[in-house]
Amino acid sequence: MEKNITAPLLESEIKELKSGDYVYITGTIYTARDAAHKRMYESLEKGEQIPIDLENNVIYYMGPSPAREGRPIGSAGPTTASRMDKYAPKMLDLGLKGMIGKGKRSEEVKNAIVRNNAVYFAAVGGAGALLSKSIKKSEVIAYDDLGTEAIRKLEVENFPAIVVIDSEGNNLYEMVLN
Amino acid sequence: MREIDVKTVTENIREMCIEANHFLSDDMKACLANAVKSEKSELGKKVLNSLEENLVIAGEDMIPICQDTGMAIIFIRIGQDVHFTGGSLEEAINEGVRRGYVEGFLRKSVVNDPIIRENTKDNTPAIIHYEIVEGDGVTITMAPKGFGSENMSRVFMLKPADGIEGVKNAVLTAVKDAGPNACPPMVVGVGIGGDFEKCAILAKKALTRNVSVHSDIPYVKELEIELLEKINQLSIGPGGLGGTNTAFAVNIETYPTHIAGLPVGINICCHVNRHVTREL
Repeated sequence: MEKNITAPLLESEIKELKSGDYVYITGTIYTARDAAHKRMYESLEKGEQIPIDLENNVIYYMGPSPAREGRPIGSAGPTTASRMDKYAPKMLDLGLKGMIGKGKRSEEVKNAIVRNNAVYFAAVGGAGALLSKSIKKSEVIAYDDLGTEAIRKLEVENFPAIVVIDSEGNNLYEMVLN
Repeated sequence: MREIDVKTVTENIREMCIEANHFLSDDMKACLANAVKSEKSELGKKVLNSLEENLVIAGEDMIPICQDTGMAIIFIRIGQDVHFTGGSLEEAINEGVRRGYVEGFLRKSVVNDPIIRENTKDNTPAIIHYEIVEGDGVTITMAPKGFGSENMSRVFMLKPADGIEGVKNAVLTAVKDAGPNACPPMVVGVGIGGDFEKCAILAKKALTRNVSVHSDIPYVKELEIELLEKINQLSIGPGGLGGTNTAFAVNIETYPTHIAGLPVGINICCHVNRHVTREL
């Protein structure tokens, strides 16, 4: 089913999302990938603040190519989510509601998704030029020194994604296999 | 003896980095067009349509096809009668990569050390495979390789007794494990024979071969056809979201090996199988 949703996510909206749904996301999301996750995780372990408020928010696992002049961002497709599996359960337990990436997730992540009424979306991998068109604004808000891996705040309009793991733990990747 | 100024190498590599990251080769585009027609899954078709649209936008607006513009893999075949002048060949290659990635707005994805992990900020160094051949020609292939698919690649040190069935199982295991992580429809490069590193290099080289051309060794050609069919029956599909197009092609290269071994390298590439070749 095709659905339009807003970010940050609403608890009631998440419950309605089912594996296989094609969604268009409009609103504010944040980017973070390997290095930013490692740094946030280490800060949390030490009891320090992290630069984004996770509550109801969506993290897009993405490190863009540089923007040409006059454009908000360069190529901007998803990276492989499983590399963030070590960190994701903690983020979900702290209020993160959505993750956008591509590829398989661990059992621990799936359990954390169910436990927290969250959702894992896939964006189409290798379609970074197309996906960049749904990103209207991009601003580095933390970890500037990480370059492409810095945390960015993105304003997105009708960003296309597919629900892979829904809040009940259904997993589209497993459902489609012969 | 033919003299070539290394500046020529730098300039060509610079251009090839930019070209490869914005334009796919015609054989890859043809695969995608065929897949759009043949795909049975509705969601799979939607993904494939997005990929076609993505290629158009990449070329028209000069936005890289994929944000992972890869590590720069360079295959360079050098005729033994060539003399490079004007400096170090290796530095000239890296300078081409540096300029291509910086001037071409490509992502810098290389860290200086696998543990310390500081970004080198210009995507160098490249991974360079030199080959010395007869004559005075120079052929350069530049293949940016993203790591979503690279991470799903494998080497299996099979036993001779495992035979061709062992090879098939190894390839299917690697593809199943890769699943949605490798951005299917994939291109599967396979190297059979040689030793531990030779099979891996053959597998990478296989990815740079035109995907519409089969091996000219009859049993290898049959193996390519059979494996592609079996992979597409796994129903992993475009984006791993289900469907009949899991791979575009299986390209296999072989090499003599030891009496005690049957090494198999499997280098998986996503649908953005980028490579540009030039002769100097």
